[in-house]
Amino acid sequence: MARLAGVDLPNEKRIEVALTYIFGIGPKLSKDILAKAKVNPDTRSKDLTSEEVAEIRTVLGEYKVEGSLRTEIAMNIKRLMDIGCYRGLRHRRGLPARGQRTHTNARTRSGRRRSVGIKKK
Amino acid sequence: MARSIKKGPYIDTKLQKRIDELNQTNQKKVIKTWARRSTISPDFVGHTLAVHNGNKFIPVFISENMVGHKLGEFAPTRTFRGHPTKKADKRSGMR
Repeated sequence: MARLAGVDLPNEKRIEVALTYIFGIGPKLSKDILAKAKVNPDTRSKDLTSEEVAEIRTVLGEYKVEGSLRTEIAMNIKRLMDIGCYRGLRHRRGLPARGQRTHTNARTRSGRRRSVGIKKK
Repeated sequence: MARSIKKGPYIDTKLQKRIDELNQTNQKKVIKTWARRSTISPDFVGHTLAVHNGNKFIPVFISENMVGHKLGEFAPTRTFRGHPTKKADKRSGMR
């Protein structure tokens, strides 16, 4: 039962995979962390000894994850919006900010299709 | 693709010259410019530049955060006034 960086504790998975449940840690970073902490990536997270957990926790402290990472991202977007640049304006409108087409597609940013008006013949 | 670091940021030379003049004499004047592609260098901070958007000049006050962006990012070239409603009236792209 490991609880790292706040809320994360998947039990039956290999620790290598379990770590990726933390926001901001992917497969690559997970492997790096375990190598640094000298923990076998194949151990199940429930089988970790408390020393191993402590070791992982100290290495994890070097990275920005979960809340602080989320705030950083939010701050970056807020900065763009505050200086009034093109990318900021796109964020404000909830449209793609990197020059993608919006004639069609772009549904991830725009949300579900809204029908607009009645088409004239 | 991003610009090569070897080259350094592109800053419009004419604009840079005019900013340098203003900085030396400690003046603040609005400079009209068409150099939308120019990167904003730290020297520009505190000045107001009128950036052309193809139609007219948009005054942009350069703040600390804007350094590293391009001037054109602050002067939108397109006007979007919403989609036409039922009675579609032809709109002209004037602002």
